[in-house]
Amino acid sequence: MALTGVEIFKLLPKTNCKKCGFPTCLAFAMKLAQRQASLDSCPDVSEEAKQKLGEASAPPVRPIVLGAGEHAVKMGEETVLFRHDKRFVNPCAFALEIKDTLSEADILLRVKEALASEVDRVGQTLRIDAVALLNDSNDAGKFEAAAQLIAKEAPEIPVILCTADPQAAEAGAKLFADRKPVVYGVTAENAEGMVQVAKTYKATLGVSAKSLDELTGLTEKIKSLGVEDMVIDSGARKAKEILEHNTLIRRAAIKKNYKPLGYPVITFAQREDSLVESLIAGVGVAKYSSIVVLSSIEKWKNLALFTLRQNIYTDPQVPMQVEQKVYKIGEPSQESPLFITTNFSLTYFIVSGEIENSRVPGYLAVMDCEGLSVLTAWAAGKFTASKIAQFIKESEVGNTIKHRELIIPGYVAILSGALEDKLEGWKITVGPREANGIPAFLKTRAA
Amino acid sequence: MAFAPSKETYAGKVYSVTIGSSPQEIAFGGESVLPFHSFEGPTPHRPVIAYEIQDIPPSDWPEEVQKPYKDVSHDPAVWAKFCQDTLKARALALRLLGTHPDRENRSPEDAATTVRNVLDAVSIPLFILGSNHAEKDAPVLIAAAEAAKDRNCVIGKAQEANYKTIAAAAMANNHKLIAMSELDINLSKQLNILITQMGFEKERIITDPMCSALGYGLEYTYSVMERIRLAALTQNDATMQQPILGDVGMYVWKVKETQADEADVPQWGGLEERGVAWEAMTATALLMSGAELLIMRHPKAVAAVEKVIEELV
Repeated sequence: MALTGVEIFKLLPKTNCKKCGFPTCLAFAMKLAQRQASLDSCPDVSEEAKQKLGEASAPPVRPIVLGAGEHAVKMGEETVLFRHDKRFVNPCAFALEIKDTLSEADILLRVKEALASEVDRVGQTLRIDAVALLNDSNDAGKFEAAAQLIAKEAPEIPVILCTADPQAAEAGAKLFADRKPVVYGVTAENAEGMVQVAKTYKATLGVSAKSLDELTGLTEKIKSLGVEDMVIDSGARKAKEILEHNTLIRRAAIKKNYKPLGYPVITFAQREDSLVESLIAGVGVAKYSSIVVLSSIEKWKNLALFTLRQNIYTDPQVPMQVEQKVYKIGEPSQESPLFITTNFSLTYFIVSGEIENSRVPGYLAVMDCEGLSVLTAWAAGKFTASKIAQFIKESEVGNTIKHRELIIPGYVAILSGALEDKLEGWKITVGPREANGIPAFLKTRAA
Repeated sequence: MAFAPSKETYAGKVYSVTIGSSPQEIAFGGESVLPFHSFEGPTPHRPVIAYEIQDIPPSDWPEEVQKPYKDVSHDPAVWAKFCQDTLKARALALRLLGTHPDRENRSPEDAATTVRNVLDAVSIPLFILGSNHAEKDAPVLIAAAEAAKDRNCVIGKAQEANYKTIAAAAMANNHKLIAMSELDINLSKQLNILITQMGFEKERIITDPMCSALGYGLEYTYSVMERIRLAALTQNDATMQQPILGDVGMYVWKVKETQADEADVPQWGGLEERGVAWEAMTATALLMSGAELLIMRHPKAVAAVEKVIEELV
């Protein structure tokens, strides 16, 4: 269990020397408990306290990096069970499985597919993060040959080496030494050998068990052998077990600070039906998986999964914003209507969706109001007549359109007079209060 | 060392609601744990997916989701029967879109006739939805509720602007009621309270906290639903223990990802798979966050979500 402020206070020197930057040791202890201060700031803390506090203040889910360089993926470090409690921190990684029984050409094809998976969405570049090489041949030589192909073709892509054979694991891991691969397939039987591989090549171990109980024993064993970077698999394959095991693992880590399960979870979601597979992967994204292994990565599937991951891992405390600019909806002409709204992403999505629905092409000027909705932004003085006027002038939308009419949201009808004063030569039209009135509004105008 | 999992005990329970008439009636809700947490308490009923149909042909739906219904969507009764007999639908949701003043502006009497025809054609439970025009929905849903008397339907959606009339109509004709508010847990709670203050039983309400499509605000719906479930279970809040509805199809099939041509966005993959995946993924996420009821459109999306439910229960 994480220590409370008072429990931490008992371990501090209680000198109130202020060297840590806080007025009292108790104040410092409270900050430590909230993980808002680091123990290093206290110059006089005892070794014993350091050890006790270090253990307790480590993140409940161990941070692990998969891969290196630009493509490195950070996992773990989660602190909550529900995204609205604070936020989910490190987005789940998607890995494409590659069986070492495939032909060279097929292996290369799949690597290329993973590399070509990048999609831009709301300002973020999203992609398949890794490949998982499966030792289906049970032949260390074949496994090594396949690993060599990947290392040659795509040295940057993070790799998960899936084999229960320490010899095959070593052959693979040495190709990705210092690139933080995961060596997955550690069991009670091969633990010693796998630990050696992990130590030699600085790999993360993927622990594979058949139950939560077995998993607990295994991670403790591996830790006692000197490896702490692990990802864990309880053996859950059906959606029901994935949800159950992932929930119990995350709960144990967060609520009890239970170290034997305080590691990122790897989930194998492969199914024959690609659509069902994507939904099972979705269950993993929503419920605590840190890596999801997929059997295929069709573009439609990537898009849906990337978007779900983006939604679930959005920081709920920061309103999602879209970029300030004048968006084209459909293929507008110089005569097309011009709307304005704020840059709260939900507002943008709803308003642009309704303009699109109306099948009347148009321009939507989206003004930076720090991600607030129309009424809130107006109340906060960020969506005012003078700011709107300035934005419209600076956007130079006037060069794109011939008419001089701006449609404002119905909720801020009160601004129309002031806006006509500030935007000389412009006609201000009050639009509907709710976005769903836009199609009817446009239809009436056309008539 | 053996692992002792920490099982939660929850103080509250979601109401179990039964709709339709015997022998085709179905129940949903009733769980006293978070979604699909059957490892720590009873989850007596699985979530229900209702197929969405309309009183007018779905000319505003994208082609990919019009296609499966092209031979039946000219007549709501034929369409309903197709969903029941061919697609093996467990429930139907009839949207009376043609009553909207900007559409065909059909009269409440017309709506009542449509409802009757659909009910005569099928025996599975029916959701009867207005066109989401607050003023018009009131008379339309009064007539529709009356026409469906004694079939134990779900009437909706009651909103802050019109809940009194619609709740009264549902109450008078023995139906269940959908209460919809806009993406805010407090508004949702408040509407449930207002409706129960009229004498409407809280156990007959279904909450619709408003849906959003994947990529278009799904995170808001997701968290609102999750917070409603937590309030119901951990705080035993009786005003938040109604089953939750996700009206998925109508939000999903509006967005760009379900419509944009593959030629324009080659990096997004095939249009049909993309649309189906968008609907199914949205639905799956909402099930994870607390929805017990879903209204969906594409048969392939429904089939895939049913398979996932099968794996989850």
